[in-house]
Amino acid sequence: MNDVVIYAVVSLSVIGVASAVILYFVAQKFKVFEDPAIDVVEKALPGANCGGCGYAGCRAFAEALVRSGKEKQTLEGLNCPVGGNPVMAEIARILGLEAEEKEPQIAVVRCNGTPANAPHKVAFEGATTCYFAHSLFAGESGCPYGCLGLGDCVAACIFDAIHMDPETGLPVVNDKCVACGACVDACPRNIIELRNKGKKDRRIYVCCVNQEKGGPARKNCSVACIGCGKCVKVCPFDAITMENNLAYIDFEKCKLCRKCVEECPTGAILEINFPPRKAAAQPGEGKPEKVPSEGVEKNENSNA
Amino acid sequence: MLKTFKTGGVHPEEYKLSGSSPISVLPLPEKVFIPVSQHLGAPAKVLVKKGDPVKAGQMIARGEAFISAHIHSSVSGKVSRIDEVTDPSGYRRMAVIIDVEGDEWEEHIDRSQEIVREITLDQKGIIQKINEMGIVGMGGATFPSHVKLMVPEGKKAEILIINGVECEPYLTSDHRLMLERGEEIMVGIRILMKGLGVTRAIIGIENNKPDAVNYMKSLAAGEDGIDVVPLKVKYPQGAEKQLIKALINREVPSGRLPIEVGAIVHNVGTAFAVYEAVQKNKPLFERVVTVTGKTVKNPSNFMVRIGTPVSHLISSAGGVLEETGKIIAGGPMMGKALTSLDVPVIKGTSGILLIRSDESRRVEQNTCIRCGRCISACPMGLEPWLLGKLISHQEYERAEKERIMDCMECGSCHFICPAGIPLLDWIRVGKSRVGQIIRSRGK
Repeated sequence: MNDVVIYAVVSLSVIGVASAVILYFVAQKFKVFEDPAIDVVEKALPGANCGGCGYAGCRAFAEALVRSGKEKQTLEGLNCPVGGNPVMAEIARILGLEAEEKEPQIAVVRCNGTPANAPHKVAFEGATTCYFAHSLFAGESGCPYGCLGLGDCVAACIFDAIHMDPETGLPVVNDKCVACGACVDACPRNIIELRNKGKKDRRIYVCCVNQEKGGPARKNCSVACIGCGKCVKVCPFDAITMENNLAYIDFEKCKLCRKCVEECPTGAILEINFPPRKAAAQPGEGKPEKVPSEGVEKNENSNA
Repeated sequence: MLKTFKTGGVHPEEYKLSGSSPISVLPLPEKVFIPVSQHLGAPAKVLVKKGDPVKAGQMIARGEAFISAHIHSSVSGKVSRIDEVTDPSGYRRMAVIIDVEGDEWEEHIDRSQEIVREITLDQKGIIQKINEMGIVGMGGATFPSHVKLMVPEGKKAEILIINGVECEPYLTSDHRLMLERGEEIMVGIRILMKGLGVTRAIIGIENNKPDAVNYMKSLAAGEDGIDVVPLKVKYPQGAEKQLIKALINREVPSGRLPIEVGAIVHNVGTAFAVYEAVQKNKPLFERVVTVTGKTVKNPSNFMVRIGTPVSHLISSAGGVLEETGKIIAGGPMMGKALTSLDVPVIKGTSGILLIRSDESRRVEQNTCIRCGRCISACPMGLEPWLLGKLISHQEYERAEKERIMDCMECGSCHFICPAGIPLLDWIRVGKSRVGQIIRSRGK
C-alpha cells in the first residue's frame, strides 16, 4: 500500500522536474525580447485605446514611442492627444528625452445649418446613419455639404464629448473632447475639423464647408460661405485662403483679431468665447443668430 | 399552372391605374435639361458649347469609356448653358441645358409611322448602330445595351429573354408599349436575336396584363422561335435572375451574370428603342413615362423627350393635389423619392408616382421578433434580419460571409416586415461598406 503512494509521488515528481527543465530551455530558446520600457510607457498613457495617435491602441503606441526613442532619439510626430502635454512630458522623462510642446486641439463642427438658417425642404425617413443618408440625397435643407444631423459622429465618440442638440439638429462638442479624431473620420461630409484650442479657448473659424458658388449656396442656407473673398482681403496676417468658393482660416497663423468676423457678409465666420464687443462696434447685429456650443458656455464660466 | 420563380417574393397591391390610358405625346417644354450621366458607367463627354444650335437626334455628349453611352439632344434649339443641375438625389451634376425652338429633327431619322420589317444590317452593324444611338436598358438599370450584346469570349448565348413583366405596382409604361407598339417590338426582338446570334426568344409577361399577353401571342404566332409565356404575378419577377429562373428554370450563380447560363435579358422598352435605332436611325431621346398615383387627376402614359422637367409631366397630368406626400421616380418598390420637381426625365425613368401623404410616411419602427417573414420573402434566399443586425453592429466581414453582396435591393424584406424595420436601408449601408472592403482587398 505504502509502496504505491511512494511510487506515485516519486514518478510524478520526476516527470514534473523533467518537464520544468524542458520548458525552461524551450522558453529560453523561443524568448521574445520585450523592452521593459514599453510596459512603463504604456502605464503612463491614458489607456483609452481610442486610436487618436494613429496606432491600434495604447500598447501599440507605447511600442512605437519606445522604438522611436531608442532608434531616433526623438518623439517627433508622435503625440497622444488624450493625455496632451503632461503625458507626453512624462513619457519623454521615462525615455530620457525632451518633449515638444503641442498646442491642445479640439474638434470643431463647421456647419451652422440650423432649421432657422437652412430651412428643411424635404423629410428623411430611414436608417439613421449619416453614411447612408449621404449616399442617398443632398440633405433635408438641400445643402449637399451641410450636416445631415443623424449622429455618426456621436456614435463614434468614446469620450462622451459630442452630442446632438435637439433644437439646432447639429452636433455640439463639449470640453470632454480630447481631439482623438474619431468623429472627423466618421463624418461622411468632412464637416468636423481638429483645430487648436486657442488662447483662453478663443477660436475663430469658417463655420461652413460649402464649395458651391454664392447663389446656390445661399439658396439653401443663409449663413453659408459664398466665397466672396472679403475676409481674405481684410486679414492682416495672411491667415485666410480661398479655395473652391470656400474660405479657410489657418489656425496657426490666425492672431484672433476678429476683423474677418466683422467683414463676413453672411455671418459664416464664427468667434467663440470672446467677450462681447463694445456697443459702438456692433456689426453683428442683424446677422443670423450664432449658436455657441455647449462646451463653450462652460468654458466661459470657468474663465470668468 | 402558371410559371414563376420559386424562392421568396411578395405580392403588393397592383394599382395599375393608368393601364387603360393610351400613350399620348407630351407637348414640348420650353427648356430641357439633359444630364451627361444617364446610364450605368462613366459619364459622357460634352461635345457642344454654349450658343450652339442643335437638332433633335444630334449627339451632344460622347460616351468614351467601354461601359458608357452617347447622349443625344431630344429637341431642336440652342444650347443655353452647360451647367450643373439638380438630379433626383438633390446633388448637382453636369447637364446640357437647351432652349427649345421648333421641332427639327436630324435628316437621317425616318419619322414616318411605317413599320420597316426587313433587317439589312449584319451582327456587327447592329451592335455598332445600337452603340451609336445611345441605347441603354430601359427597365431602370440603364446598362448600355451594346455591351450586353457583346458576348464575352468562351461564353455562348443560347436564348434571348424579353422582359415584359413590369412587376412594380402602378407602372404601366411597358404594358402600353406592348399594346400599341407590339409589331415594332417584335422587329426589335428579331434585331436583338440577330445581334446575339441566337434563334430562340421568350417574352415573359405577368398575367395581370391579359390583353398584352394575348396581343403579343397573336404577333408571335407568325414568328419563328419567339414564344410568349404568361407568368404568375409576383414581385420581383422583373429582376433578371428571377425572370430567368421563372422562364427557363436555370439559376444564375452568385455574383455572376446571366450569360453564365446562356441567357441575355432585355426589356420590351429596350426592344422598341432598338427597333427605332436600327430601322429608323433614331437615337434614344424619348421614352414612355407613366405619371400615376392616387393623387393624380388623370393617370396617364406619355411619350416624353429626355430632359423634360418632372414638373411639366405632372402639370400635364392634372397637377399636384393637396394630399400628395411624396413624389417618386420609378415604382413604389424600387423607385427613389424626388427632392425637387425640377429634376429631368432621363433614359431610365419609367414612371413618376405621386403618393398620398398618409401613405407616404413609414410605419413606426418596432423590435424584431424573429418572425422570419423577411427570410421567406427574400428572392435571393438571404436572411435580411440578420444582415440588418450585423450591419447596424458594424460586423461587415460576417455580413460578407452571409452573402450580403447578392442582395439586389428589391425591398421585399422591408415591405413585408411587420415591425417596420428599415432592413433595406441597413443592407444598402452594408453593401457599400462591404464593397469598399472587397475593393481595398483587391489593391
